[in-house]
Amino acid sequence: MSELPNFAPALPEIFIALSAIALLLLGVFRKDDTTQGISALAIVAMLFAGLLVPAAAGGRSVTFGGMFVVDGFSVFAKILVLLASGFTLGMSVNWLVREKLGRFEYPVLVLLATLGMMLMISANNLIALYLGLELQSLALYVLAAYQRDSGRATEAGLKYFVLGSLASGMLLYGSSLIYGFAGSTGFDALARSFSQGAPIGVIVGVVFVLAAIAFKISAVPFHMWTPDVYEGAPTPVTAFFAVGPKIAAFAMLVRVMVGPFGDLTHQWSQVIVFISIASMVLGAFGAIAQNNIKRMMAYSSIGHVGYALIGLAVGDQVGIRGVLVYLAIYLFMNVGTFAVILSMRQKGRLMEGIDDLAGYSRSHPMTAVALAVFMLSMAGIPPLAGFWGKFYVFMAAIDKGYVGLAIIGVVTSVVSAFYYLRIIKVMYFDEPVEVLDHGTGKGLSFIVAVNAVLVALFIFAPSSLVSSAGTAAAALFGG
Amino acid sequence: MIDWPLLSITTFLPLLGAAFILTIRGDALVVARNARNVALLTSLATFLVSLLAWTNFNSGTADFQLVDQASWLPGFDISYKVGVDGISLFFVLLSTFLTPLCILSAWEAVQVRVKEYMISFLILETMMVGMFCALDLVLFYVFFEGVLIPMFIIIGVWGGPRRVYAAFKFFLYTLLGSVLMLLAVLAMYFDAHTTDIQVLIAHSFPLGLQPWLWLAFFASFAVKVPMWPLHTWLPDAHVEAPTAGSVILAGVLLKMGGYGFLRFSLPMFPVASHYFAPLVFTLSIVAVIYTSLVALVQQDMKKLIAYSSVAHMGFVTIGVFTVQVQGVEGAIFQMLSHGVVSAALFLCVGVVYDRMHTREINRYGGLASRMPAYAVVFMLFTMASIGLPGTSGFIGEFLVLMGAFQVNSWISLFAATGLILGPSYMLYLYRRVIFGKLVREDLKSILDLSRREIAVFVPLILVVLWMGVYPSSFLGPMHASVAKLINDYQLAQTVANSASVAVR
Repeated sequence: MSELPNFAPALPEIFIALSAIALLLLGVFRKDDTTQGISALAIVAMLFAGLLVPAAAGGRSVTFGGMFVVDGFSVFAKILVLLASGFTLGMSVNWLVREKLGRFEYPVLVLLATLGMMLMISANNLIALYLGLELQSLALYVLAAYQRDSGRATEAGLKYFVLGSLASGMLLYGSSLIYGFAGSTGFDALARSFSQGAPIGVIVGVVFVLAAIAFKISAVPFHMWTPDVYEGAPTPVTAFFAVGPKIAAFAMLVRVMVGPFGDLTHQWSQVIVFISIASMVLGAFGAIAQNNIKRMMAYSSIGHVGYALIGLAVGDQVGIRGVLVYLAIYLFMNVGTFAVILSMRQKGRLMEGIDDLAGYSRSHPMTAVALAVFMLSMAGIPPLAGFWGKFYVFMAAIDKGYVGLAIIGVVTSVVSAFYYLRIIKVMYFDEPVEVLDHGTGKGLSFIVAVNAVLVALFIFAPSSLVSSAGTAAAALFGG
Repeated sequence: MIDWPLLSITTFLPLLGAAFILTIRGDALVVARNARNVALLTSLATFLVSLLAWTNFNSGTADFQLVDQASWLPGFDISYKVGVDGISLFFVLLSTFLTPLCILSAWEAVQVRVKEYMISFLILETMMVGMFCALDLVLFYVFFEGVLIPMFIIIGVWGGPRRVYAAFKFFLYTLLGSVLMLLAVLAMYFDAHTTDIQVLIAHSFPLGLQPWLWLAFFASFAVKVPMWPLHTWLPDAHVEAPTAGSVILAGVLLKMGGYGFLRFSLPMFPVASHYFAPLVFTLSIVAVIYTSLVALVQQDMKKLIAYSSVAHMGFVTIGVFTVQVQGVEGAIFQMLSHGVVSAALFLCVGVVYDRMHTREINRYGGLASRMPAYAVVFMLFTMASIGLPGTSGFIGEFLVLMGAFQVNSWISLFAATGLILGPSYMLYLYRRVIFGKLVREDLKSILDLSRREIAVFVPLILVVLWMGVYPSSFLGPMHASVAKLINDYQLAQTVANSASVAVR
């Protein structure tokens, strides 16, 4: 009889898994509509898990036969993911009720996706990584097609499923190559085996894994699904897609690259540099022509991924700190923006056109200010938070001599400023055509306000986020 | 001596006022009236605090004074630090002096979205003052770019027919310049391990790095000044901006470039500055002559004054890069003078624009008979712009030419043609607008200056004459700082020369 593994490090995940099952049961046994109640309970569960996360850490600990790791890095990333899921679930409740789509499966699926993300972040083995990724992806496929009467949503779900499975296939293929040439799938064992360089098979495998994860973070050239899925999926689901899974996949990418393949930095770094440049350029230019705000946000997210990848391309502790700061700020900007998009209604219908915002500053002055703050922040204009995200990644790039990358980064940020400013132009400079509805939910206004205040006032207290990101990055480098 | 953090109060008091205006609610008319009052009172209070800073300023030393410091990004040696020396003191005063006048000038001209307008102006004031006070490079950068946000809104919401184009051009043009500066700031951080401006001034950057850093800063400041051929955003922005927007744009925002050269380019990259000085002289001379000629053919009053600004700022950049006491002090003085005079000229245009809603020169003529007081005020500022002795414009241009003459007499020769071209276009403008016969029907009922407008112009007139008659009260405090700047600069040249001799 074998000894039981140490469950303590995985306590938050276990808690989320149990609450998902419990909520599922609760939903099945209650006859009446319980969407709101179960959503609220799911948010509480995430909140509680968020409290468990730092408690479960305490240095680096490995469990389940080395499959699962908890360290400062995973704590930081998990808190971001839980925040993202909690916020976006909170945003969708109102929408579910209004669109009469309220089913208790929705919060349960979000909870399961969150569990997958947390497993991805803590994965210390290629197999564990794949399991986490699939748990997350399967839940997301269903969510994308959640509005099943809508043709667009079904198309988005199917597209996401087909392309996502392709990516999963690539991940598996790459993992098998790595296993075949290096003899292990455990990150700790892999990290020890490449100090003398690596056989070409491993390099090919790493590139496959990289491609698969690039898919998940929607980096160019694996970004094609993003605009269609963003546009087609129901808006709350888009909001969910835009934040949590991106952050989780990014955290996973960072762990895989600097952990097991840390000795091969100069091999994969050039790939990342290319992906980063391509994403920044495509994100900047692709968004200019968009008239649908969700499509625009898709291109914007591609661009943001490019900026965050600068930090990974640099590949040292300063760079990873930049990535984490960027992701954290990205979370608040995106959650806020999507909360505003969700409150854009006209006669009860959800609007998505950028032109529908005409004269928004007259009809909804406070929300317009908030959206302007988010847009300027995404454009990276000081003193808003988005500037600091860019500041720290560029700092890393300059430190290690990636001047060309930094110059391309700042120039594309000027290009992308154009389309962010366009939103402000429509809201402030144009006359209103048809006024959007008022009073679209207290919860949404609250989320918008919280995020706008955080983004606008970040400058007065940047140190806590930056230093905790620094600690998290240090954990990855054995500091 | 008062022991308050005067500069921090000056910087953040307007922000407090803006936050207060944000909370005003109720009937639209009441909100507008209260917003105006709060904005005016806040900006006046800010001006008084900045005057207090002036009285507490010790002219005898070149050190930074009234320094406040607080930790901001611990672990990075990047902190919140503000202070002034003889160079920056008057720019702070210029900003706080012009803001109340702008708010007063928009009292009746702005009737829509008054609340937002006043908030934008107060935020703008915080950004401007903070930028001139900042003693940390990152803090400086934050304020330097932060200025773009309120200005974009001001041009875009309250501007003329092509305001969207102008606002975007203004924003993107200046943003492109300043992002390169951001990279240079980061490079400097990794070389010196701090962004404290006082330390950076004393730090000597490697000779190989200096030209690149200089060029990156130049990209940003040259757009802001603006220097030929990067000036094209300025006429567009001026023409479309509301009157008060133009006033701040010409009065303060253009000075950010000149101030940047003095604060960063000269003391931090002396060798590169010396190397690139001929480039700056050439561009400045082209600016003085070419934009003066362009100004001659303008049909739009604001556009004419905008081009004259480019020409006048050409004098400033010449003066800065002579690195002679007269040249540098002249450049600072010219910036202050131009800040007041061009602001006043835009206000003059605003006066007739508010009445006739056109800025086309041909639509006017013979205003002297209906508007005698206006004619006198306009005449005074025209003369100041030309540089008539007794007005502020004369002192600045004279000192700059004196400095330039010591470096190269050809520079002063070419620059002096600006003294002929300047009167040509200004007097031509004045003749067409004020003199001649009053023939147009709609002008026959035009009213002279109102009391409010006189209240706006009186302080400007007093300052222009004060600066022209007794410049010492302005030159005195800046002397020690300028002398130190030039000493350090020459020392750096000597060190660099001896180093290159040693290499040979």
